[in-house]
Amino acid sequence: MNPSISEKIHLTKEHCTELLRMMMLIRRFEERCAELYGEQKIRGFLHLYIGEEANAVGVMQALTPEDAVVATYREHGHALARGLPLPEVMAEMYGKATGSSRGRGGSMHIFNAERRFYGGNAIVGGGLPLAVGLALADKMNGRPRITCCFFGEGAAAEGEFHESMNLAALWKLPVLFVCENNLYAMGTSLERSESETDICQHAKSYRIAAGSVDGMDVVAVEVAARRAVQAVRDGNGPQFLETQTYRFRAHSMFDPELYRDKAEVEKWKERCPIKRFREWILATGTLHESEIAAIEIAIADEVENAVKFAESSPWEPEADLTRDVLTPIKRSALT
Amino acid sequence: MSVLRKVTYRDAVREAIQDAMHRDASVFLMGEDVGRYGGAYGCSKGLLAEFGEDRIRDTPLAEAGFTGAGIGAALGGMRPIVEIMTVNFSLLALDQIVNTAAAIRHMSGGQFSVPLVIRMATGAGRQLAAQHSHSLENWYAHVPGIKVVAPATLADARGMLWTALQDPDPVVMFEHAMLYNDEGEIAAEGDLSMPIEGAAIRRPGTDCSIITYGGSLKKALAAAAELAGENFNCEVIDLRALRPLDGKTILASVEKTHRAVIVDEGWRTGSLAAEISALIMEGAFFALDAPVARVCSAEVPIPYARHLEISATPQVAGIITAVRGVLRR
Amino acid sequence: MTAFRMPSLGADMDEGTLVEWIKKPGDQLKRGDIIAVVETQKGAIEIEVFHDGVLEAIHVKTGSRVPVGEVLATIRTAEEPESAQPVPPEVVTQKPVYAPPAQVAAPFTPGLKITPAASSRAKELGIDVQSVFPGQDGIIGLKEIEVPSVPAKPKASRGINLDEMRNAIAAAMARSKREIPHYYVSSIIDMTAMMEWLATENARRTVSDRLLAAVPIIKACALGLQQVPELNGHFLDDRPLRIAEVKMGIGIALRGGGLIAPALALPDRLSLTEIMQRLSDLVARVRGGRLRSSELTEATVTLSNLGDNSADMVLPVIYPPQVAIIGVGQIDARPWVVDGTLASRKIATFAVAGDHRANDGRSAARFLRLLGEILQKPEML
Repeated sequence: MNPSISEKIHLTKEHCTELLRMMMLIRRFEERCAELYGEQKIRGFLHLYIGEEANAVGVMQALTPEDAVVATYREHGHALARGLPLPEVMAEMYGKATGSSRGRGGSMHIFNAERRFYGGNAIVGGGLPLAVGLALADKMNGRPRITCCFFGEGAAAEGEFHESMNLAALWKLPVLFVCENNLYAMGTSLERSESETDICQHAKSYRIAAGSVDGMDVVAVEVAARRAVQAVRDGNGPQFLETQTYRFRAHSMFDPELYRDKAEVEKWKERCPIKRFREWILATGTLHESEIAAIEIAIADEVENAVKFAESSPWEPEADLTRDVLTPIKRSALT
Repeated sequence: MSVLRKVTYRDAVREAIQDAMHRDASVFLMGEDVGRYGGAYGCSKGLLAEFGEDRIRDTPLAEAGFTGAGIGAALGGMRPIVEIMTVNFSLLALDQIVNTAAAIRHMSGGQFSVPLVIRMATGAGRQLAAQHSHSLENWYAHVPGIKVVAPATLADARGMLWTALQDPDPVVMFEHAMLYNDEGEIAAEGDLSMPIEGAAIRRPGTDCSIITYGGSLKKALAAAAELAGENFNCEVIDLRALRPLDGKTILASVEKTHRAVIVDEGWRTGSLAAEISALIMEGAFFALDAPVARVCSAEVPIPYARHLEISATPQVAGIITAVRGVLRR
Repeated sequence: MTAFRMPSLGADMDEGTLVEWIKKPGDQLKRGDIIAVVETQKGAIEIEVFHDGVLEAIHVKTGSRVPVGEVLATIRTAEEPESAQPVPPEVVTQKPVYAPPAQVAAPFTPGLKITPAASSRAKELGIDVQSVFPGQDGIIGLKEIEVPSVPAKPKASRGINLDEMRNAIAAAMARSKREIPHYYVSSIIDMTAMMEWLATENARRTVSDRLLAAVPIIKACALGLQQVPELNGHFLDDRPLRIAEVKMGIGIALRGGGLIAPALALPDRLSLTEIMQRLSDLVARVRGGRLRSSELTEATVTLSNLGDNSADMVLPVIYPPQVAIIGVGQIDARPWVVDGTLASRKIATFAVAGDHRANDGRSAARFLRLLGEILQKPEML
């Protein structure tokens, strides 16, 4: 563990346990999903977050339940870290009626209104204007909450990224932009897609305060996120945080990874955020091996229970196919 | 009998915005040049002074950005009116409208609704050529998850906005650019709101149904008036809502008249007119006494020169010819 | 087993209301028996059967409005054994008896362009689209088929509804003028001999037996038509159909307007007395609103006579599917040249309107010449 830990966060046993547990839960969940994908229980696209867990887990520590979260199509980690119930997320992976989107969304479109989790957006860059608008509503209503928007570095090439940066800065909106830079937009590496590979420079050009952090270090991410969130809450307008990270798995399940070296992947795997944090916890004596083993068992149980829940859940009746296209209107409310 | 007063279509739109902003503090207007400039078509002139910069919000030229922000603000509890200068520019925001506004309710399993109104000008007639003159209403009417309306009368321009703002789902509102200067009378007081669903029969008739919407309504009515002189009694239907289409009114009319001419400023191929034609074929085939006729725009980007623009778009003479054709006269 | 269906009693009939079953299940039926009474636009009509047999089952209750073609009853024909089980009716009685005809497209006829609406309407009206002339654009649309819509008000009482009568006349005459290329030929015939003979004849008859002038005219026309058969018949399926027997439709005016032309069968084979009796009977039943179905459909030609003090010449409109109609003007005294000398004679103008698809003016002229000759020898009638 590097010494980036700020005195501003208290690495109590409970907090460390939660950070580790959540990262391990996301990992376990996704590994199980990959397995279920092979069994054809889960279909469609499945974009795994494995290797990037520290980003979502770290940033979420800085948010309150009142804040809003906008994520991407690689959002299982964000959904779970935001506290969405594991069974409803797993059921959504299955496409069951008990899923968070009643089987309408699948892996890429996990939503939860109660947690103010606005998905689940599979248009690269598409979530940024949404986050700007959520923040605009808060600002116009004088509500002290913020919107945290996750996206990959690939989004920086989209017009919507730039329009959103400009709007958020122009209107000084309470948004935290979190760019999870995993170096590849699908198969296109950063240097092959951006003339300016320092993503923070884009944000800075809109006069947004921007900084980078090691996205493989959950504590570093949490510290950076807390600082950025505080700046947003203090009324300094949008903040930009780049987390430098790496996905260990392919872009999606059907990707032979022709665009990167195995050696590069292996090198990044050495920096696995779970492995590093676990080693640090053991080294500092915060947790014992047996306690971590107990967490693992509990997580395995939790995931298996979610699978059982999803397996036993009903399918949405086809007769309900077109529900939730439009909101049922109470006629009395119109007059 | 209510008192009437004279207004232009532009006044009606402006009053509708003004009225909505007075009635509901969560309503605000956002778009390019809606504030200081007063709106590209002058629809928000004077509103900045009345409501301030926060609620009459000038945006940068960033259609995807501010339309998406409108969607986000609607999700955040506001009732935004997003004004996009023309339907051509709205293509830059199509991603946000189709992929987010229209889809989010369904793909979230009904958890999120987007109570947003997007207004935009549409249509040809002012020699603005191929990037300011198109009628792409059908692109939006194609998409489930949004409602699409085309107020063609002063009363609808004045009355549909409030109803649209009360709707929990996104409503896209098309104002034909050739309507803004039209002058007429609307009720001076009382509840001026108008429904955002259902077609209206603007002229009853028995011999042929002319089905149209938006800027073509007045052309259809002019054609019907001229045909009345030839003893052809046309029924003119103003669709008002382009999604959902009021199939019931269309089919009832065709059952009665046995003939239909659809006037649609969109291009013929894949047009709303094509959709309505299919609807008639499915629902009133055995009532038809002639193939359904379409009067649409020519398959060409709308040209600049006056005579070419006129030639490219539906005109009264073309409607009359089409009606005579289905009447086999 | 034979299905007994609501007959089409004219091109302008699309439905009828069954007001009375004369026969009941189990009754023996002879060809020509009256089985039921149906109320139509033209009044109540007695419907006859065309098969010997036994009335097996009735499928339509009295008071029901029934479209043309719908099964009213089943008849077990003479050769068939009594069925062990009730015959499954083609129309289930439980369902509402009057249902609009199913909307199915007319069978595709190569080369024929008929609009869906016209096809449906023709089916409803029982019009064979093959017999309909297309418009100038080669299309059969509603305007080639359609009749003014009839108010669909159920009638409780018997008798003739004059509004509907007017509609029916409108429909038939409009169709006639639309479809039939009429030509007109006329001749003035000296009726002096006939009228003198008639006066003598009537003087020796009792009042109740006296003959109307129409009676010898009817017979004379029938005899003339025997020799000009192309004027007697129907035009069906795009071709003329000559009919050997003359069944002469007699235009009978109704009080309050309108007219009906029921057929008087075989006047050429009847005596004048018999013709007079049939004519009286027809007039009485027309005005009482009770005609037999065959009387409305089987006429092969029509005689239109507006009567005394009416008009010099009548140029009538053919009643489809007939191919000719004879119009008789009033019989009146006129200055006339007889053998080079001016004399006062009773004359009448006879006109023939012919269907040019079926016959020509030459035939009509020949008929008028024959008629003139026959009428000079009334004693031969």
